[in-house]
Amino acid sequence: MKHVIQVQNLTKRYGKLTAVDHINFEVEKGEIFGFLGPNGAGKTTTLRMLTGIIQADEGAANILGFNIQKEALKAKQNIGVVPETSNAYVDLSAWQNMMLMSELYGIPRKVAEDRAESLLDRLSLYHRRDDKVKGFSKGMKQRLILCMALVNDPILVFLDEPTSGLDVASRQLIREILQEFPEQGKTIFLTTHNMNEANRLCDRVAIINQGKIAAIDRPEKLKNTVKKLKSIEVSFDRSVNTQSLSEISHIKELKKEGDKFIAYTDNVNGLIHSLTNFAGLNGLKIVTLNTRDPSLEEVFVELTGEA
Amino acid sequence: MQINQFLDQFKRSLGVMKKDIRIYYLKGPVVIFGFLMPLFLFLAFFIGSRDLPMDFLISGLISMTVFFTATAVSPVIAPWEAQVQTLERLISAPISITTLIFGDMLASFIFGIIIPILPIALGLAVGVNILQPIILILGIFLAAACFSSFGLILSSPPSNAPSNVMMISSLVRFPLVFLSGIFIPIEKMPYWGKIIASFSPLTYFTDLTRYSINGANYYPIQVDLIVIIFFTILFFFLAAQLHKRTIYKRI
Ligand SMILES: Nc1ncnc2c1ncn2[C@@H]1O[C@H](COP(=O)(O)OP(=O)(O)OP(=O)(O)O)[C@@H](O)[C@H]1O
Ligand SMILES: [Mg+2]
Repeated sequence: MKHVIQVQNLTKRYGKLTAVDHINFEVEKGEIFGFLGPNGAGKTTTLRMLTGIIQADEGAANILGFNIQKEALKAKQNIGVVPETSNAYVDLSAWQNMMLMSELYGIPRKVAEDRAESLLDRLSLYHRRDDKVKGFSKGMKQRLILCMALVNDPILVFLDEPTSGLDVASRQLIREILQEFPEQGKTIFLTTHNMNEANRLCDRVAIINQGKIAAIDRPEKLKNTVKKLKSIEVSFDRSVNTQSLSEISHIKELKKEGDKFIAYTDNVNGLIHSLTNFAGLNGLKIVTLNTRDPSLEEVFVELTGEA
Repeated sequence: MQINQFLDQFKRSLGVMKKDIRIYYLKGPVVIFGFLMPLFLFLAFFIGSRDLPMDFLISGLISMTVFFTATAVSPVIAPWEAQVQTLERLISAPISITTLIFGDMLASFIFGIIIPILPIALGLAVGVNILQPIILILGIFLAAACFSSFGLILSSPPSNAPSNVMMISSLVRFPLVFLSGIFIPIEKMPYWGKIIASFSPLTYFTDLTRYSINGANYYPIQVDLIVIIFFTILFFFLAAQLHKRTIYKRI
């Protein structure tokens, strides 16, 4: 089985709103697949349809070879899910939550205990295993939810913004764990608002906007498709009038970021020349000058038209 | 294969049951709504009309206790889980909605058969005899399953506010108590009252309890048992079907 996720014309409507509009894509075994889009684009709705939490109105999704609508239990048995808004049971301890999940997946007790132990240990929760989740911090809860999603040793994991609102250490820990998955032949489907994270983690990303897929490719390739977004970062030894700088040739758009300027262009060579000219004429020293490729964030903004 | 799958889902429903017991049942409301409330109703009638015999009142208390205990918590589980956002996690697991509902039903059933020990003990303490203990136990088991399923029907409207569901379920439960021969024996009801009572499963259980305690029954015992079994199956399947439709709307 090459494709662990196959989606055809998947559609979900809420009243008049088409939250997800005939989307099509495939995810290969061993991939980390990022699903990006602005707020309300339909990411969570898609993920819920793929994990059998809500029913699609049209189209089909094949998960690990099973039609998620018709053979939900078989598909669910081998996937892990970290929903966007979900909680562990706060009246139970971390350990009890893990055991409950194991029971729901029909995992033998001994296996479940070993797995819970190593997962909780890996996510630095083992020493708190007998404490009620009520007293956990947000980061601890989120790490527990990841443990709960992995209790069945899934071969395909869906995560809806797993690192949102977490501190650097927790984010890194979760990222490290996810990065190990492809080596074990496991596949990850991930939504995030963090472009940096998507860029570093994902083999491929899909960008969804207003329920439709706007682009789907490897991050580097996506960046190449929006060539005109080449830019130069420049800074001078004194402050410079933004207006006069923006009037030199080959600048399409100029942005001030702190003590630096970002100048967008379709002619990098021409812009460098006019920048050095500008500096000479005004008696300025150039402190830094970097050419920059478009970031995934800029590609994203370009494709989704978000300001 | 089919059998294995069935057993497998049954085991998973025990996980759901354990969770329900830990989270929802060991917290007090079951005892308060399940036993104390019937007890107060009982005392009100006991003080209000001294001519009702003790064995009549105790058998009414037993059937009310089973009814209120089994319907105390089951209606609020689904809205509660949706509100505290544990439901999505739960239904992402490989369990069918029927398994989930069955687990909820089991938790409620367990309390429905344990709490009635209190009114039975009270009855024995005030000198009431139990003529047919086996029939009484059998009746309690069946009725606990029946009323638990009934409680789950009450939770199927996709409202995520537990207080709404509490209100609806109280509106349904209290009238039923008065229409089911607990305080007014069926034989003393007017004709239309008898007709209405015959649609309530609680009527048949009350009749069964009364028979077990003082040998007086209105319907034949076989009829009581068969009707309760019939309602149990009907309610359970109805609850499962309704939740299958509405559970996705809670997310
Ligand atoms: N249960 C629901 N009832 C009505 N509308 C809904 C429901 N769930 C989602 N929607 C609508 O569907 C659209 C897509 O929502 P969705 O939650 O999938 O967005 P998202 O991409 O996950 O956004 P975010 O980044 O904010 O999490 C939104 O317009 C939302 O209002
Ligand atoms: Mg979302």
